[in-house]
Amino acid sequence: MSQGNVLAITEQSDNVFRKVTYEALSEGRRIADSMGCGLTAVVLGAGENLAKEIGQYGADRILVADNEALHEYMADAYTNVVADIVSREKPVTIVVGASTQGKDLSARLAARINAPLAMDCVDIRIDNGDLTVTRPMYGGKILADIVFDGKPQILAIRPNSMSITEHAAAGAIEILDVNIGKTDLKFIEKKLDTGKVELTEADVIVAGGRGMGGSDFSVIEELADLLGGAVGASRSSVDEGWRPLEDQVGQTGKVVSPNLYIACGISGAIQHLAGMSSSRVVVAVNKDSEAPIFSKADYGIIGDLFEVVPLIAEEIKKIKN
Amino acid sequence: MEIIVLLKQVPSTESFIEIADDGISIKKDDIKFVINPYDEFAVEEAIRLKEAHGGSVTILSAGTDKTVEAIRTALAMGADKGILINDPAIEGCDALGTARILAAVLKDTPFDLIIAGQRAVDDDNFQVGLAVAEFVDVPHISMVIKQEVADGSIRCQRTVEGGTVTLEAQLPVLFTTQRGLNEPRYASLPGIMKAKKKPIDMKTLEDIGLDSEKVGKPMSRITAMKFLPERKGGKIIEGGSAGEKAAALVRALNEEAKVV
Repeated sequence: MSQGNVLAITEQSDNVFRKVTYEALSEGRRIADSMGCGLTAVVLGAGENLAKEIGQYGADRILVADNEALHEYMADAYTNVVADIVSREKPVTIVVGASTQGKDLSARLAARINAPLAMDCVDIRIDNGDLTVTRPMYGGKILADIVFDGKPQILAIRPNSMSITEHAAAGAIEILDVNIGKTDLKFIEKKLDTGKVELTEADVIVAGGRGMGGSDFSVIEELADLLGGAVGASRSSVDEGWRPLEDQVGQTGKVVSPNLYIACGISGAIQHLAGMSSSRVVVAVNKDSEAPIFSKADYGIIGDLFEVVPLIAEEIKKIKN
Repeated sequence: MEIIVLLKQVPSTESFIEIADDGISIKKDDIKFVINPYDEFAVEEAIRLKEAHGGSVTILSAGTDKTVEAIRTALAMGADKGILINDPAIEGCDALGTARILAAVLKDTPFDLIIAGQRAVDDDNFQVGLAVAEFVDVPHISMVIKQEVADGSIRCQRTVEGGTVTLEAQLPVLFTTQRGLNEPRYASLPGIMKAKKKPIDMKTLEDIGLDSEKVGKPMSRITAMKFLPERKGGKIIEGGSAGEKAAALVRALNEEAKVV
């Protein structure tokens, strides 16, 4: 009776679920309801206690694969274990968050089980049991609709693109016997800056470009902190060495979809626009009234960012109080 | 050390992309095609490894006659030879189909290391490289910003959300590149001259023992392409002073857009 469910692969790091896991579960539930089947979630590398945390997000069953070899994400061990679960559960569709881990795992898994994979889905529609997904291509310059001729379809869901829904019933937890299989990768170390809001998951991004004129991003950092958001950067400010590579938004950096994107001193090169144009609301602050960024912004202020941005922060503080 | 670089030719990132009349592909006539930027990191890293450890660098691509330009550029940078699978059936392949073609070549080509871009900046699939690793049965490490080869094994630092993870594996391995790995060199004039004499082996699917009917049959296909909805706004906030503009903006974000 478990056969033919939707399977959601969750992601945790150091016993904290990634936000996109809740999005994938909620979307998995919605797909399962449309197809008239159940939702089975898989938790890897953590125990029953952590698994309970996702109980309210729509899964009927929560399979727990707890093993020391899965505590850190390892592509080979994870692929072996998930492929094993897939062959037993025979899901119709697999959903996973398109994080770094989700992309890595889903790509290797698709090749292992010979299944079609749609990366970075931003919309999923079901019509008479047939799936159509929408995903960005060309760094976000184009949206493409994709259909499938094979099963199970693997849908990797772009972070910040699907809503999170809670459910009344809690899923039943099942502890699995785990066979890690053949592995070749050896874990050496992990270095994380835990205080930082991840760009692809941020609700608000305040980004700086060439107009920053140097590595002092304090006005931008203060506004981002105030809004609980992350700091982004254009390629030119990364190339100048003003910001680290992981802050780069654009076609050769990160493609982001926050609720609010505030572009400061960014003129709006086509590669940058591709990376941020799926943001819900875009604000541009720039001295140059001709800057292309204004054509992609919902609201624009023509002015000196060093004068305007602190004043925006002041006004937001007034509202918050 | 025998190094294979998987290479794709893509529209340059400066390109303005237009949808073709069929509605499921892009107009290619006026577009400048280049080496996928992430594959350029792969070519550079392969050449550096060859310079340090000896051996040779082979560029492997599935494409069309046009792809020869991209392979020549990689040869001009310092790679030794190219293999191009040139077959009309490749156009219809999905990521797994392309990976099967590349893997079929690698069955008869000895290698210690395969380097690929983390993704191609046209279809943004993040898929072909890792699928090749699966099909040739070697471990993969993706999104690498630093690598070190010693005593038959490789240690790679890869980027993850908020930091890095370091992994190690015995060769042969496939790794994919992340921005930050290196700064690709420009081809020098002598490099360009030399590249003209370097061999590019052209093969069809039949030559590598694949049935084009089967390998070209995709499990996923595009049914429509569209642009992101245009933003209506473009509303410039007017005001006498910067303070008035900031106040008007925050009021609009709060009351109209409801995002703060």
